[in-house]
Amino acid sequence: MLAGMTTNVVFGLLRVAILVAALRAANGEIADYDIAAANTYVWIGQGLLGFVLLWGTNELAERVRSGDVVVDLYRPWNLQGALLAEDVGRGGYALLTRLVPPMVFGMLLFPFQFPQNAVQWPLFGISALLALVISFGFRFLIDISSFWLLDNRGLYGFWNVSSGLLCGLTVPIAFFPGWARDVLWMTPFPAVLQAPIDVFLGHGDPWELLLLQAFWAVVMLGIGHVTLQRAMRKVVLQGG
Amino acid sequence: MAEFVYPKLIGARLRSQLSYRASFAIDFVTQVIAQGYEMVVILVLFTQIDALGGFTKNEVLLMYAFAGAAFGVADLFAGQLDNLPTYIRTGSFDVLLMRPLRTLPQIMCSDIRLRRIGRITGALAVMFYALAHVPVDWSPAKVLLTVLTPVAGAVIYSAVWVVACSICFWIVEGREFANAVTYGSNAFTSYPINVYSRPLRWLMAFVVPGAFVAYYPSLALLGRQDPLGLPGWVGWTSPLVAALAAGVAALVWRFAVRHYRGTGS
Repeated sequence: MLAGMTTNVVFGLLRVAILVAALRAANGEIADYDIAAANTYVWIGQGLLGFVLLWGTNELAERVRSGDVVVDLYRPWNLQGALLAEDVGRGGYALLTRLVPPMVFGMLLFPFQFPQNAVQWPLFGISALLALVISFGFRFLIDISSFWLLDNRGLYGFWNVSSGLLCGLTVPIAFFPGWARDVLWMTPFPAVLQAPIDVFLGHGDPWELLLLQAFWAVVMLGIGHVTLQRAMRKVVLQGG
Repeated sequence: MAEFVYPKLIGARLRSQLSYRASFAIDFVTQVIAQGYEMVVILVLFTQIDALGGFTKNEVLLMYAFAGAAFGVADLFAGQLDNLPTYIRTGSFDVLLMRPLRTLPQIMCSDIRLRRIGRITGALAVMFYALAHVPVDWSPAKVLLTVLTPVAGAVIYSAVWVVACSICFWIVEGREFANAVTYGSNAFTSYPINVYSRPLRWLMAFVVPGAFVAYYPSLALLGRQDPLGLPGWVGWTSPLVAALAAGVAALVWRFAVRHYRGTGS
């Protein structure tokens, strides 16, 4: 855990340095971000990364490949629901070990932009939880894609390299040119990281952001549910 | 004998990876894209600003490309060290010790990750683009510098990788610590180092000699003054720094391996 935190902090420091250098070059403000907001953006992002588990394990996919998934499927439960519950539980632990430490680190050592309105704190909590559900939705779909692909490592790798930029981890989506910003906000990606950060910073209407996240959470879980149903019809038991 | 074994070993690894062509193609493309995304970050920043740390877009792209190419090559050979915790925990490091070959080359040849060539290809493409778009007063010496920079950088990164992973001999699950240094170093050196705060710069640019991977060679190529005040010839010293780093890495590795006790069973 300490090792993971070191990596997290080192990358946070590097990202802060680049953003602050860019802000200095732009006379201190780019697209509603001043130096305090940029620091806050980075440290919340570094925390959410572990809380929503942006880069998960490919475990379920491996179980599909090896056939062990049969055990998961014949249990009297809804597989998607059970895994979601497990992931929310993991999130509860990650809240303390992954989300809070980088945020406190940022608050103590850097200029930090606290919410102006106390109600933003609970809204940020709800937003982070919705982000976790959407992130789960992505990971679940990538996992069960292996029912069709058998070897989903290409897709898994693709998600791992793409999600940071598309979700707004590496650079705020507000920094993108207008057209790219509009395209990205039409996808579920920003709902995973940029939306909760925006709720915390007070960028945009928080209720609108929450509504958008709720929409994507339902859509992602819905697609996951339908896809799993289809996959179940495909499962062929081998051996005896 | 050793000189006959390694080409055969490497050849076998390469053939095994190429036998799954579709899988290799996807991995290759993913690596090109991964390298591309890092460039997108630079391009997005430069839609908002004209200069970063006093350097133009193409100058930053040149540093990023030098760093990317060097890191790709280092990853190809030294990236396998990320598996060191597994060797140590399961005791299979004993096997490496029993063979009449040196341990470090054995690990390096254990899995040449050919897909990393995707990363190198992406970085080289950006390097040629940037070189064509920055003002360089070309001379034979500067051509040589351009060729040597990614090579020296790769040696520096590899040395960093060896030293960082040596920690796993003491802390078995030390891989994430090591990654903070190795992957962190790649992220660090992709930008002009004068944008970082002083402590971070000292640690990542001079203790870990990241500044010599891309920043100083780029300054020498561009014929620019160092905003941090070091003289111009520093940009030509990367091969020396690389040799020094490799020497230190060899010593650290030897010391670390002596510390290895096996898992006992």
